[in-house]
Amino acid sequence: MNIKINGKILIAAPTGEIDHHAAERFRAQIDSAFEKSSCRHIILDMKDVTFMDSSGIGMIIGRYKKAESGGGKLTLSNMSEAVTKLFNISGLAKIISRAENTQEAIIKLGGNIND
Amino acid sequence: MIKLEIEALPENVAMARVVASSFITKFDPTVEQLTEFKTAVSEAVTNAIIHGYSDKRSGEFVTLTLSAKGREITAKIIDNGVGIEDVEAAKEPLFTTKPEMERSGLGFTVMESFMSKVEINSKKGEGTTITLVKELGEQQ
Ligand SMILES: Nc1ncnc2c1ncn2[C@@H]1O[C@H](COP(=O)(O)OP(=O)(O)OP(=O)(O)O)[C@@H](O)[C@H]1O
Ligand SMILES: [Mg+2]
Repeated sequence: MNIKINGKILIAAPTGEIDHHAAERFRAQIDSAFEKSSCRHIILDMKDVTFMDSSGIGMIIGRYKKAESGGGKLTLSNMSEAVTKLFNISGLAKIISRAENTQEAIIKLGGNIND
Repeated sequence: MIKLEIEALPENVAMARVVASSFITKFDPTVEQLTEFKTAVSEAVTNAIIHGYSDKRSGEFVTLTLSAKGREITAKIIDNGVGIEDVEAAKEPLFTTKPEMERSGLGFTVMESFMSKVEINSKKGEGTTITLVKELGEQQ
């Protein structure tokens, strides 16, 4: 997984499959980076996600709550068709914001894309 | 028919997906059908491991069988774990007995929306069998 920081935004890009096993690893990595940083918001860049099931939904909701608890927000970017379908089934589409790409997500969260 | 015994460890779910994917690939599914089948199998095998066998218990096994009748593909996922107390409740979206593990309670919802038919047979203390049927329809 690739983690970057842009001002107050933590940008995490999980790679490969997000199932129960992988979700636990991604969750630990994202939370530890988030806690060590002074970030408020989280972007989950889904560009390199090749598979996801409901364990991924659980992981996303968990990070959404994490960001919210500190007054921040979570945005998803670069979702594939398959991930979008799961997202719609789960009802997440109503509560979690998404962006076409990570630049758009940064702008949505009030960050600076030149950082 | 293919019958696979999978030790009930979280890292083995990926292998179950690989086998289910290659089985259905022989029938020339669309990319979407392949993803849906693979995802539903992933849900059921994950449930068997984390709920049926209460997570990370080596020495316990989940059975995955794959069969086809024409272009109707069936996957059965069998565990001899704790069983489901109330099947109707379990099927409800957002129902989970493990909220502390960041489960969202959407596994059955995903299986039902991705498959043509989902059957749950479960007995408390004896185990659970999930039957997933995917009707592929006319070849594209
Ligand atoms: N094989 C099984 N053995 C015992 N209980 C099960 C089994 N499969 C499902 N259940 C029960 O049914 C509930 C609902 O399952 P479902 O897959 O919909 O949600 P979940 O696994 O809790 O969360 P998610 O799949 O979204 O991560 C589970 O919380 C569990 O109590
Ligand atoms: Mg589940």
